[in-house]
Amino acid sequence: MLDASPLPLVRVRDLKMHFPIYAGLLRRRAGEVKAVDGVSFDIMPGETLGLVGESGCGKSTVGRALLRLYTPTAGSVVIDGEDVATLSPEALRKKRPTMQMVFQDPQASLNPRMTLAAIISEPLDEHTDWSGERKLDRVHELMDQVGLNRAFANRYPHEFSGGQRQRIGIARALALNPKFIVCDEPIAALDVSIQAQVVNLLEDLQERLGLTYLFISHDLSMVRHIADRVAVMYLGQIAELSPRDDLYARPLHPYAQALLSAVPEPDPVREATRKRIILTGDVPSPANPPAGCNFCTRCPKVFDRCRVEEPRLAEVEAGRFVACHLYGDTNKTAG
Amino acid sequence: MTDASAARSKPASPLRDIWSQFRSHKGAVFGLCVLGFLIVAVLIGPWLWVPEKLTVAQAIKLKNQGPSFRFPLGTDQLGRDMLGRMLLAGRISLAVGMVAMTIAIVFGTLIGILAGYFRRLDGPLMRLADMFLALPLIPLLLVMVMLFRDRIASLIGPELGAFTLIVCAIGITSWMATSRIVRGEVLTLKEREYVIAARSIGVRPKRIILRHILPNVVSPVMVAATLGVADAIITESVLSFLGLGFPPDFPTWGRLLYDGLQYMQVYPERVVWPGLAISLTVLSVNYIGDGLRDALDPRIRGR
Repeated sequence: MLDASPLPLVRVRDLKMHFPIYAGLLRRRAGEVKAVDGVSFDIMPGETLGLVGESGCGKSTVGRALLRLYTPTAGSVVIDGEDVATLSPEALRKKRPTMQMVFQDPQASLNPRMTLAAIISEPLDEHTDWSGERKLDRVHELMDQVGLNRAFANRYPHEFSGGQRQRIGIARALALNPKFIVCDEPIAALDVSIQAQVVNLLEDLQERLGLTYLFISHDLSMVRHIADRVAVMYLGQIAELSPRDDLYARPLHPYAQALLSAVPEPDPVREATRKRIILTGDVPSPANPPAGCNFCTRCPKVFDRCRVEEPRLAEVEAGRFVACHLYGDTNKTAG
Repeated sequence: MTDASAARSKPASPLRDIWSQFRSHKGAVFGLCVLGFLIVAVLIGPWLWVPEKLTVAQAIKLKNQGPSFRFPLGTDQLGRDMLGRMLLAGRISLAVGMVAMTIAIVFGTLIGILAGYFRRLDGPLMRLADMFLALPLIPLLLVMVMLFRDRIASLIGPELGAFTLIVCAIGITSWMATSRIVRGEVLTLKEREYVIAARSIGVRPKRIILRHILPNVVSPVMVAATLGVADAIITESVLSFLGLGFPPDFPTWGRLLYDGLQYMQVYPERVVWPGLAISLTVLSVNYIGDGLRDALDPRIRGR
């Protein structure tokens, strides 16, 4: 790999994920929910890309489409040189060890009828022909890595706390030495005190194993802690994709500004002067998004062009991509 | 290192865990004892209790007797010993109940899982189930028995032939409820995160079904199965009553019940004994199913 300009590990281009709606007596196709509508981004090896946005904006769908848990409607997802979106089932199965997922609800993501050892060794059963002894060694190694006591190997998931369960989920994701892990709100279901533990564990593992994360979350302060770059999603599209520090210091897209103004400030002096941008109205239905810019119905800085023309994600400053007409003049040349 | 060596220990045999949980369920242990008693009684009973051979004249004199030391459960309208007939009848009834239930459950679970898991099979398989549900059961059974009885009887003998036919007939006409329940359950399980996690690992559908879905549909299947035993025993007696099951002199609990019905007002015990046997079987199977369901669930097992 070239050191000067490393190839992105994950390259997503114009990813679309539409779910059909069937209605009426004959279950005719009445339309579609555009859960993800033209999303593009790159993730460099060893990087953490945070993906934030409010509920229902398509964050989790992006994560699942990336791993081809849903077959995308259109677009390409190149992970480590292969387009996952179009791989044949058998090739996809071979590809699975490269990319893994950590799920939101650690209670629901572990089969209640399997012991911890069986859960963690499931990927090994599926992709290796190791002996039982060797698998158990690997399971113990993984349990050490995520900080679980080896003596727990024969217990069932319901005997563990939420944080421990999430560690089990992480151990399972690590079993096949993946390069890329999608963390789908891995901390949303956990206690605040446990959240920090799990996030630190994820960071630790990234350092030791050179992992690449897509970190999906609606917890902006947690994303600030772990992510290198952050993508802000609104209604199935990326509004802004910027390096973390730039985004948190000076968000460019009006939606990102509004979203970040909602983050509470730990310093009471600054908290007192914090200005919240309160958006009016509701998120439009993804089955029937507005014409022009997706955000034009609620944007405080809306002008005529927004209602007609859809803005494209373009680089407005070094490394900062924004989809907004406010910055249209600067990117005339680019797009 | 002691810690590591302790961790190395193989999982405590899951069978032993299941057994110890099963034993803690009082109803299940009671059910197992009763069912065990019934099975042992019908298996070795006919050797221990050999009814005395009576001539026709004697038998007619001894008809409709009440309980006595000579005939512990009395005699029927033809002077036959009720206890001996009950024991013989139990063999058939229990066998029909268990085998027919097993066929129905296996078939129903298979179809339910296929329909629930594979979207493409859902429509055809569920319409097939609807079709079977819409068919009037008794006429269908009548036709089946009429068509196949003699052919099967000539192949494997009249008694075994009748048994096979009845068991199959009951089995393939009572799987629909199970398959519907299982399909519904599979549809919800399929969207559970641990099934999605298994897919993200690249587990093949067959393994997902065997490992993640099947163990989690056990409870509704258990309930359907326990109810199925009772249904099968009763359906068998209906068939026999209509003259389509076993030959008339061949006792089954259902048949004894129907024979006794005509004399119920004068000799109620003739209905009570087979009725009691059927009820006890159903009740004990029910409790065993209950206990088994709890024992198979690790979340309950821990308590």
